[in-house]
Amino acid sequence: MLNPISLAFKKAKKERRPALLTYTVAGDSSKKQSLEILKAISNYADILEVGVPHNTPVADGGQIQTSAYRAIKNGIKMNDIFKIVSDFKKSKNSKPVIFMGYYNMIFQYGENNFLRKCKKSGVNGLIVVDLPWPENKIFSKKCKKNSISFIQLLSPTTSKKRLKSITKDSHDMIYYISMLSTTGGKLKVSPKKILTNYNKIKKISSKKNCVIGFGITEKTISNFKNTDGLVVGSQICKEITRSLSNRQNPVINVSKMVSKLKKKIS
Amino acid sequence: MKIKKGIPVIDQGDTLGFWGGKFGGNFVPETLKKPIEDLELQFNKLKNDKKFIKERDRYFKNWIGTPTRFIKLNNLTKYIGGAQIWSKVVSDANGGAHKIYNATVHCLLAKRSGKKVIIGDTGAGYAGKMLSMAAKKFGLKCKIFMGAKDIKRQQPNVKAMKKNGADVIPVYSGSQTLVDAVSECMRYWVANCDTTAMCVGSTVGPAIFVRICGWSTSQISRELKVQLINEFGKVPKKLKLYNCVGGGSSSFGFWNEFMDYDKKQVEFIGVEAGGPSKSKRHAAPLTYGSKIGILHGAAQYVNQNNDGQIEETESISAGLDYPGISPLHCFLKDAKRARYTAASDEEALKAYQIVTKYENLRPSLEPSHAFFVAMKEAKKLSKNTIVIINSCGDAYKDRGILEKKLGKKYVKSN
Repeated sequence: MLNPISLAFKKAKKERRPALLTYTVAGDSSKKQSLEILKAISNYADILEVGVPHNTPVADGGQIQTSAYRAIKNGIKMNDIFKIVSDFKKSKNSKPVIFMGYYNMIFQYGENNFLRKCKKSGVNGLIVVDLPWPENKIFSKKCKKNSISFIQLLSPTTSKKRLKSITKDSHDMIYYISMLSTTGGKLKVSPKKILTNYNKIKKISSKKNCVIGFGITEKTISNFKNTDGLVVGSQICKEITRSLSNRQNPVINVSKMVSKLKKKIS
Repeated sequence: MKIKKGIPVIDQGDTLGFWGGKFGGNFVPETLKKPIEDLELQFNKLKNDKKFIKERDRYFKNWIGTPTRFIKLNNLTKYIGGAQIWSKVVSDANGGAHKIYNATVHCLLAKRSGKKVIIGDTGAGYAGKMLSMAAKKFGLKCKIFMGAKDIKRQQPNVKAMKKNGADVIPVYSGSQTLVDAVSECMRYWVANCDTTAMCVGSTVGPAIFVRICGWSTSQISRELKVQLINEFGKVPKKLKLYNCVGGGSSSFGFWNEFMDYDKKQVEFIGVEAGGPSKSKRHAAPLTYGSKIGILHGAAQYVNQNNDGQIEETESISAGLDYPGISPLHCFLKDAKRARYTAASDEEALKAYQIVTKYENLRPSLEPSHAFFVAMKEAKKLSKNTIVIINSCGDAYKDRGILEKKLGKKYVKSN
């Protein structure tokens, strides 16, 4: 049986479009609101990345940092984040959930405890930004045992030899970082170049679903229609910040934005 | 956990870069794997290259000005009335602190790899000042990341960096101190690692940066060993080496050459920043038993909450104001080679007052922490015990704080 993440890709493929993955930070701007946002964007997105906020993020740009600091300031704790996911999973239109965060949060919770809790609350996959290959070998095996996808990251600096080893050890989904940048950077490489690299990865491991993230926005997303999946994160976080400072409802604004994103790749 | 004899501690990590199987490592985003691997290959080759060592030593001698003085503090010894108190005056080095060794080596490496820009973090401003000096010397463009709070409290060093042509980039996130500066610097490197070299300002960060920094600052103990033999004919029977510990670069460098001696003969005492005596906040993860966590790419003892969020620190000395600690020191602590304790803000200030009253020496607030503990313990020690404090920074940068806390007379001579 295919896991929910692979099913989501399969469904998108049937509709001849890339899967749409969104990233929002758990607890931004409050526990309640971040749950509402997940429920609302779930109508359009195929897979939801839920950011686990951390206060010394080494790969996030300003937009996601702002969201993370806001969530931490409002008192979000790891157990609240699990609760948000399990509440979301009870809603009628729920989608697969991938946690994205930094290793210390897992380390402090205890790897086994963390995975048990993921399973219980319905987390389907994990992206651990600062646990690269081969450091992640043991943990990713543990994930697999618990039927949780461990998503390996690839970047433009990844050598071909590394690429082969990483994809070999990866589960059903891999994540290609489009350019040398923190999250939220402007696309500084041409879409053509990104797609060339993407195709290199697909050539090596054609069966795995490869998504592209970093620099994907309303403006750039339509350049990547012929891919397995696309991740939009910083632009959504920015929209939450903008809505809050204009005293508008982030739930409505973000859901409008995700619906537009979906149209652009459909 | 055991330290191997005859192998430099910086080379005792396992294949994944862990000391003692659990400290250090490379918890970095995938993008940084390649530049880190490149740097590892380059450093592993060059550290055994005679020509490179010769080049390094030439700059250390002619530009940094080695060796720095090793002096007896006669008046202080008399005042304390116990062990002999000596100081290794590392603040003699060009720029006024030990940070110059690491900065110089990183610029030499950057130059060889054809990089045009070098970036670095700074807390007290010394790492930044030295990197800006070295970058200027070697014709590299330089960007320094510094917490906005530190920019305010360490103005003399900020001015020096700008004068050397560096861009000083204020960091407003989090606590606006060193921890945030290092994060921001690493983020910048993630986005620019193809053209830019990074210098981590202490023995922290991914394993290769810990190693390069430790290798560079070890110049301090290499000199000291020669000076001890010149002075006493041998390494004394009872020797105690006191050093402040923030990230841990000066202390590691001060101890490295004596690693294989029995600790009964050469004892290492690391003094962390205990923060204001009335505050619960501190920058002393080893002294107060913080748990192991991941910070800036390395596993280490670090101040954090139950969830794993890094906690804010508090210390009068910007150079020690860091929630984590070098994996090397975690290793030395668990292997029981070094002993760690803390001094409070008030105690450091008191030590500064005593040292400047009796000696023609102005340790900055960082080494003042070590002076406090050394003087306290020296009182109870025999006359044939040699106590040495690494005076690794000059108080010039602290004059704003000293004037505020102690009044004008303590900064007049500056």
